[in-house]
Amino acid sequence: MRRRWRWLLPLTAVPVLALLAYGFRLNPHEIPSPLLGRPAAPFTLTSYDGAPVELAALRGRVVVLNFWASWCYPACYEEAPALERGWRAYRDRGVVVLGVDIQDKDEAGRKFIQDFSLTFPNAPDPHGKVSVDYGVYGVPETFFIDRQGAIRVKHVSALTDQIFRETVETLLAEPAPAR
Amino acid sequence: MTALLLALLLALGAAPAAAQAPSRPVDEQQVYEVASELRCVVCQNLSVADSPSEMANQMRGIVRERLASGETPAQVRQYFVTRYGDWILLAPPRHGFTLLVWLAPLAAVLVGVVVVALLLRRWTGRRRPAPPPVDAAMSERIRREMEQEP
Amino acid sequence: MIPEAGTGALLVALVLALYGAAAAAVGGRRGRSALVESAQHAALGVFALITAAVVLLIYAFLTFDFSVRYVANNTNLGTPFYYRITALWGALEGSIVLWSWMVSIYTLIVILRHRTSARELYPWALSVMLSVVAFFLLVMTVAAPVFARLTPIPADGRGLNPLLEDSGMITHPVALYLGFTGFTVPFAFAVAALITGRVGDFWITTTRRWTIVAWYFLSLGLLIGGWWSYHVLGWGGYWAWDPVENAAFMPWLTGTALLHSVMIQERRRMLRLWNIALVMLTFSLTLFGTFLTRSGVIASVHAFSQGSIGVFFLTFLALVVLAGLGLIAWRWDALGAQGELDSVVSRESAFLLNNVLLIAATFTVFFGTVFPLLSEAVRDVKVSVGAPFFNQVNVPLFLSLIFLMGVGPLIAWRRASVESLKRNFLGPVLVGLGAAVVFRLLGVGSMLAIVALALTVFVATTIGVDLVRATRVRRAMGERALPALGGLLLRHNRRYGGFVVHLAILVVVVGVTGSQAWSVHTETTLKRGEQAELGGYTIRFDGLRESQESNHGKVTGTFTVVNGSGAGTVLEPAKKFYPQEQSPIAYVDYRLGLMNDIYLVLGDFARDGTSATVKFQVNRMVSWIWIGGLVLTLGTLLAILPERRKAA
Repeated sequence: MRRRWRWLLPLTAVPVLALLAYGFRLNPHEIPSPLLGRPAAPFTLTSYDGAPVELAALRGRVVVLNFWASWCYPACYEEAPALERGWRAYRDRGVVVLGVDIQDKDEAGRKFIQDFSLTFPNAPDPHGKVSVDYGVYGVPETFFIDRQGAIRVKHVSALTDQIFRETVETLLAEPAPAR
Repeated sequence: MTALLLALLLALGAAPAAAQAPSRPVDEQQVYEVASELRCVVCQNLSVADSPSEMANQMRGIVRERLASGETPAQVRQYFVTRYGDWILLAPPRHGFTLLVWLAPLAAVLVGVVVVALLLRRWTGRRRPAPPPVDAAMSERIRREMEQEP
Repeated sequence: MIPEAGTGALLVALVLALYGAAAAAVGGRRGRSALVESAQHAALGVFALITAAVVLLIYAFLTFDFSVRYVANNTNLGTPFYYRITALWGALEGSIVLWSWMVSIYTLIVILRHRTSARELYPWALSVMLSVVAFFLLVMTVAAPVFARLTPIPADGRGLNPLLEDSGMITHPVALYLGFTGFTVPFAFAVAALITGRVGDFWITTTRRWTIVAWYFLSLGLLIGGWWSYHVLGWGGYWAWDPVENAAFMPWLTGTALLHSVMIQERRRMLRLWNIALVMLTFSLTLFGTFLTRSGVIASVHAFSQGSIGVFFLTFLALVVLAGLGLIAWRWDALGAQGELDSVVSRESAFLLNNVLLIAATFTVFFGTVFPLLSEAVRDVKVSVGAPFFNQVNVPLFLSLIFLMGVGPLIAWRRASVESLKRNFLGPVLVGLGAAVVFRLLGVGSMLAIVALALTVFVATTIGVDLVRATRVRRAMGERALPALGGLLLRHNRRYGGFVVHLAILVVVVGVTGSQAWSVHTETTLKRGEQAELGGYTIRFDGLRESQESNHGKVTGTFTVVNGSGAGTVLEPAKKFYPQEQSPIAYVDYRLGLMNDIYLVLGDFARDGTSATVKFQVNRMVSWIWIGGLVLTLGTLLAILPERRKAA
């Protein structure tokens, strides 16, 4: 440490500073899901129309499971039309879009559905069980479930037409499970 | 900014998660303990036990229900870890890479104590032999003198 | 027009600060007092200009000048008068204005106090102070322009973050920033000492009082922050180990270490290197704290925003750390360890150990705070490091520190004889052990609580024994008891100021221990007229009512609290609905007591007022923490009084 070595002293701070600088590249709000590749948890909810929504019944189809809330402004408001467009474009090709409204008030949820003229099934998640089963930490979040019933893609923040189309096309290209 | 808003409070008018009837009585203190180890997922740094947000409220409901159904606290924790990853635990697991953070304090104290011990040995070693012992009256006087100093 | 005047003032201030920093440095190097004087004038100008900017900003707030983006973002027409002033530091840009203003005030005080007394160091210290001001002015003019215009001009502003509409927000940031910026002065003198090569003990004695003042404000800032968290955030606690709390806590820990190690240098002319390093570390940690809050690198409740500002702070932090370490390397030989100790059993050793523990705690907090970053950098996995971790790892460290707090002040400098150890510590140790037994018999279940309380009793006894003994000595000289005690405190104000501060810490420790060990919580849904019982208290839900306040709507629940003896109080926790917020803000209600706080947070409720969910807590002994803050203030005042010894 005498004489010349002492000039290395400032270098000791470099790793710490580098680590802090590395922090700029990260987004603390993006948390990867450990559920990718795992079977999607089954659930049964009652939609706003009063019809049962059961995931297990949709095996063999590609499911786009979207978590939203009426208080989630602006992201949920941005993606709602894209979801509706996707649903209309792909429903005949075996794709199902499901909306789960979390931590919301009934009338606010209904108004949201009405405002965007959503025609795919939407159901409230009254006790948050489905949200937690899917590891949801914010809205909007969208899960793409393949025909085998496994979660393949999780998208955080507003969904766009492009992401919808590309992901769904990929999953549709995969062979259907043997019945 | 949205993060901050989201982080702080989300509670509003939804049906209370606490409303479900548990199948057997649950110790609220145990619910609190398990919940305090879980990170409230919409908050930045509050636990599920502490956060007033609706999400945390619902998660407390799930903890309560799982405990009521007979699961152990460890099983309840594992349920959340499977869905959210280790990220949901406010105290990282004590194995693998995250063991590092648990060892850090110990290492810091050890290094510090060793350094100080070495220094003390060096510094006391330089000293001349101890001065002759003083009698009690003298030491009392010295003590008082010392106290006079700040 | 006014915003432009503000921007102009800040720009001119930046130029002046840069000029002053350079002039003071050149003046110090060449020994030209005219240049140093010119730098002083520049510093005065900087202060005047920042003050003008502050006044203009307040004026913009008071006149609802929504053409200024900062005003529009942080107030609206409904914001009450006081909060229009405190909105000044309610967000990122304004907090930096406040920060630089404080450094400029400190610079003026440095000029007034040390202009003649610290001839060689002073020009360089002045230069460093002005450089720090210049940095903040640079941030203000480039990265976070506080007077930036907003077009089109909105009819109304967004409004202040409702959580900041609280009296704690008036004092908490001010105290905290006074603490943070206060450490600039010891830092400036340390740099001056290194540059001039006068690394002896002069700079330490010059800045001792500064360090105490900065430390005090930081302590106060932390305590008021805890109070704000407790009664505004509505999560029922006062300390969450949030990264930003940690960021303020770390310089407090190193500052505490500094206050102690400085005493060794004053007496024994050793630890020069260590003390310089501690000052550098403390100042760097204040910058690190600012970086953390304002960069968004680590997610935190308090994070202001994300943007280029983080890059500025990191660059400045890197500059300070690298230059500081470089200077230390340059003066390595002069700083060299020339220690000499008589015995391992001495106050010096106790202080060294105290420093080891405080730095270990700092490292623990730091490592825990940045560990999520490390985990992501190394293996791309997100982890959380939160309260359960920090509590578990820090408790043993803090308990050891409390033990040392009892040992340090009474063990002799240089060499403690077995006999003096016996005389000073036998009694307190026995009392402490006795207290442990008593607490156990009283039914205290938690081992940790017993240890913490017994240690507290031990330390309090050492202080009491010392006071009694010293008073007796004076009484033996013919004084009466109270005047003897008072005279003692004033005559040795530094020593006894320290004791009082120790007592304050003990009071806080009791509060923390009690609240951690005995607080009870429940969460329950009550129908109107229904009751819930917790920790000896019963609450009854009496209904809800709606009201409209100046800038928000409010739903208030009425709960009658009855304790065992039948005395009733009405608590009214509420939810506030701000138009600018997506979700309601909880407004907690509480009844504070010395031993028990009753704390209610309103959760969900039925619209018709027939039922409501309420978080019901009985928090034990939390008030001791706030009382500790008052005692701390007294102790600090005592410690910084001018010394009386020579006069007496």
